[in-house]
Amino acid sequence: MALVNDLRMPRDCDDNFIHQVETESGQQISKCYQCGNCSASCAYTYVYDYPVNQIMRLIQLGQKEAVLRSRSIWLCADCQACTTRCPYNIDIARVMETLRFLSVEEDTVSIKNIQLFYDEFINSVKNFGRVFETGLLAKYNLKAKKPFTDIDLAPKMLRKGKLPIIPHRIRGRKQVVDIFNRFEDYRKKKNLD
Amino acid sequence: MIDQTAKRIAYYPGCSVTGTAVEFDQSTRALCAALGVELIEIPDWNCCGSTPAHSYDPLLGAALAGRNLAMAEEMGLDVVMTPCPSCLKALKEALRKYEEKQHSFLDILQMPFSGQIRAISVLQLLYEDISPKTIREQIRYRLTNTVIVPYYGCLLSRPPEFARFDDPVPEFPFKTECCGAAYGVTQNHIVGKMTGRILDMARRLGAAAVAVACPLCQQNLDLRQSQVNRFWHTTFQMPVVYITQILGFALGIDPKKLGLDKLFVSADDLFLETSEPLENPTESKSV
Ligand code: SF4
Ligand code: SF4
Repeated sequence: MALVNDLRMPRDCDDNFIHQVETESGQQISKCYQCGNCSASCAYTYVYDYPVNQIMRLIQLGQKEAVLRSRSIWLCADCQACTTRCPYNIDIARVMETLRFLSVEEDTVSIKNIQLFYDEFINSVKNFGRVFETGLLAKYNLKAKKPFTDIDLAPKMLRKGKLPIIPHRIRGRKQVVDIFNRFEDYRKKKNLD
Repeated sequence: MIDQTAKRIAYYPGCSVTGTAVEFDQSTRALCAALGVELIEIPDWNCCGSTPAHSYDPLLGAALAGRNLAMAEEMGLDVVMTPCPSCLKALKEALRKYEEKQHSFLDILQMPFSGQIRAISVLQLLYEDISPKTIREQIRYRLTNTVIVPYYGCLLSRPPEFARFDDPVPEFPFKTECCGAAYGVTQNHIVGKMTGRILDMARRLGAAAVAVACPLCQQNLDLRQSQVNRFWHTTFQMPVVYITQILGFALGIDPKKLGLDKLFVSADDLFLETSEPLENPTESKSV
């Protein structure tokens, strides 16, 4: 839950963080004047700890910890409603996305299951070149220790032939893996700079 | 515009339409064939990475999607169409990254790429490249006295400059509300709540069905309708059909080819009871 009263604004202000978010997202966070349109448009506010306009404000105040540990950034569905309605055309969804990967890098991910699901998704793409939905779900269920997730849907899906048991492996798997590897190198180089 | 002499375009199905959304793929192919557009599937296409890749770094998603674009260019085609809004977003993001960060993008991709190819949705293909007039001329069946509400969801329409999607015309107040996206698995209650609101609004408007154009929206509204009913203690039985299925049916395409049997909430009644054949196809006004 949000610990608004625990924030020590001046003490915790991290200027570098403000800069990092701005460069990674390509958005000028200082333009935000807290009109609140983004939060008014966001259907997820009810599950957020900080509404998205507060996330923007916390970035301006350099509150790295609070932002990168928030649940909001992981519950954001990237639906772009905020981006569409910001009077300053700040691509807020992109900012949220930037915060997600910064929280992965800092190892401060608040909702581990969502990250786990994304990780397994990426692994599936790495292994087969395409997502193998059945395997993805099975692995997620196992690792998240939630073996019964969506079990109610399985029989229906089988009946409709929508639960394939054999993954499709593309021929260019190596090309795809190479893209991943070159991307990793690129990130590493960038972090050293 | 597509080359009018030979309407050949590259087709990127994307992962979901090969699995849970197979009827979107079937109906898209059948509809395009009926309208004289030749879809050439990009051979050996790979997953665009969708939200997870994008969440790590948009550049990763862009490079993954870029491989497909590069292959389509190599085939000598200048338009690629995909039915999936999430894939479309990734393909367009690749083109954007090619403009913005050409050097890093090509470094990671390592394939010849000119960035000249255009990525469009199936709706754009139907509306801009084929035109409603052409479609109208081929209508064989009309759905009468039926309200079907259009639900566009998030990705197709936002943000406007990027999606290049006009303001949706027919009035459905929740037409672009979010359905809960990919949280069906990890945060099921979110989908229960959000998808429930959309179904509820559709019912209040007297809708007989919801028309969609996104595999994820369709999955939440159709496959997960039973979970929504449990969440809200409701008894929704609302067919959720792809726009390509409705148009295909109106054009007289065999329902089997449109994958109508793949829907979880059956739409058979919708099509059987409310449709009537047209005597003179060109007179139709309803698309
Ligand atoms: S809509 Fe834009 S300006 Fe308004 S609070 Fe949100 S980010 Fe700030
Ligand atoms: S993109 Fe994220 S923050 Fe913005 S409105 Fe959608 S869910 Fe909310």
